[in-house]
Amino acid sequence: MGAVTLQNIVKRFGAFTAVHPMSLEIPEGAFVSLLGPSGCGKTTTLRMIAGLLDPSEGDIQINGRRINDVPIHKRNLGLVFQNYALFPHRTIAENVAFGLKFRGVDKAERDVRVKKALDLVQLPDVGDRYPKQLSGGQQQRIALARAIVIEPDVLLLDEPLSALDANLREDMRVELKRIQHQIGITTVFVTHDQAEALALSDRIVVMSNGRVEQVGAPEDVYTTPATEFVARFLGASNILPSICTGTDQTTVALDNSAFGKLVLPRERAPHVTGAGAVKLAVRAEKLSIVAPGAAGAVGEEEVSVPGVVETVDYQGLAARYFVRVGNEQLQAINMIDGSPFAEGAAVDVRLRPRDCTILAEAA
Amino acid sequence: MGWHLLRGWTVLVYLFMFLPIMVVVLLSFNASQFGSFPMTGVSFRWFVELAENEAILRAFRTSIVLGLLTSVISTTIGVLASLALVRYNVPARNAISTLLIAPILVPEVVLAVALLLFLNALSVNKSFALLLAGHVIFTLPFVILVVQARLVGIRRDVEEAAMSLGASPIQTFFQVTLPLLAPAVFAGMLFAFTISFDDITGTLFWKPGGVETVPTQIFAMLRNSISPEINALGTVMIFLTAGLPLAGIAIARRLALKRGG
Repeated sequence: MGAVTLQNIVKRFGAFTAVHPMSLEIPEGAFVSLLGPSGCGKTTTLRMIAGLLDPSEGDIQINGRRINDVPIHKRNLGLVFQNYALFPHRTIAENVAFGLKFRGVDKAERDVRVKKALDLVQLPDVGDRYPKQLSGGQQQRIALARAIVIEPDVLLLDEPLSALDANLREDMRVELKRIQHQIGITTVFVTHDQAEALALSDRIVVMSNGRVEQVGAPEDVYTTPATEFVARFLGASNILPSICTGTDQTTVALDNSAFGKLVLPRERAPHVTGAGAVKLAVRAEKLSIVAPGAAGAVGEEEVSVPGVVETVDYQGLAARYFVRVGNEQLQAINMIDGSPFAEGAAVDVRLRPRDCTILAEAA
Repeated sequence: MGWHLLRGWTVLVYLFMFLPIMVVVLLSFNASQFGSFPMTGVSFRWFVELAENEAILRAFRTSIVLGLLTSVISTTIGVLASLALVRYNVPARNAISTLLIAPILVPEVVLAVALLLFLNALSVNKSFALLLAGHVIFTLPFVILVVQARLVGIRRDVEEAAMSLGASPIQTFFQVTLPLLAPAVFAGMLFAFTISFDDITGTLFWKPGGVETVPTQIFAMLRNSISPEINALGTVMIFLTAGLPLAGIAIARRLALKRGG
């Protein structure tokens, strides 16, 4: 098991910079996700850790040892790819045993460890088959078994669930988490799927255009996005340009065109230093849409403004409303109680100021 | 009505294509001492005579050795060139690729004369090595085309997975890339062998004095008379150049089936 440290690593391809100076500490046993849209540099970063790409600058360390000049086959890493990358000309057992042969493990010991790995991924009886005879989900489990049987220092997963269909993907997600917990291996997981990152990770590194936007626990990244990119990329958010009118020890006072005056607790606006333009982020599910003057009077900490439903995106369990409030169009995702509001309905939009966040960047 | 016409036409086309070959095969079993109809009886005497003809046997050995050497050298170079062109960022990759394929496009006579003049200019005498070099040059494009097509289909991440598991680049090539490439390597070798074995144009220009391959030997024999021996030789050649690749394809297919496709 090992800890991974990236120190100011940079990757350039000609004039294009794929990864800007990036530093990251991945503690031993942690499950860290690199999350972002395609082209954000997450796979490039993973490939540098794997040794498939050389960083243009900076150092990569595993267990405190600099490994920039160690070739991939001497790094002792487990690597799992989106398209499984099993050896089609070898049986499942031969696939899993492949890495053990290069580690001088004798035949008897190899068989024991292959069997143990196949048990771990819950496919004990497929050793004699060829990869083509297994389903996509099964092939990916074998790829995982092949990667962990060599007891690597770090497990690197490059979009391992993306080639699977939706239902299978969720099963594999649970399975992956179970296996990672069971063996406690340091894992770096690359994905563009926020649900996977939120469900699996101890820490999420959100990336965009080759830069780290935010690093934090899933809950922190989700509820307190640092930048507009993070707010928009994880779930649906409303970004409202606002003016900070004043701060004190415990509160921050704001003014914006949709909700008027708002007073936020200080910890929801850690970046605000003084009066000026700021960006306010509110998650779509934190806005509640109610009939005008509905019961359950506006609580002391709640703000309510009138609005008109413009579009309804019905999703069964919930509905996504686009509501016009003043000059702003707001998104709200609400559970459906009875039947959803119709388009054109006059509603009240309620918000608790403590559910808002002020983004780190200026408006 | 239309179907009958079509059927009849198809039969005619096939006859046009295969009748001459069938005639050669049939006449090779003719007991008559003339290499033409009518058939006077069935006999293997021309095969026996063929087997006792020193000149033909020598030509046969030359052709086999030449074909085998051509296929081994051509395939080795072809696989290495394909690897470089597909897997590495070689400068001027397209230009090199075109250059390697070009011998297919250039008329063989032109190629034959060009190589000869080139070696004349260098004052190098004709030799078996030169003949071999010539055959390698014009079988190489076929090997490269076949191997490249297959190599493009082998995903890079399979090789990357092997390396991440501890295989060095050379071990990765022999344990993963080459086995996956095997059908194309096999096909390339067969191509090279049959093309070399069949070739007459280039061979006539390049062969040193006294050396004959099977096609040039037949050509020389035809200058005198049409001996029934030539029919027998033709039958053997058909078996070698058509039967061998067909058998090879069948074997390759069976191997692929065993691995589940």
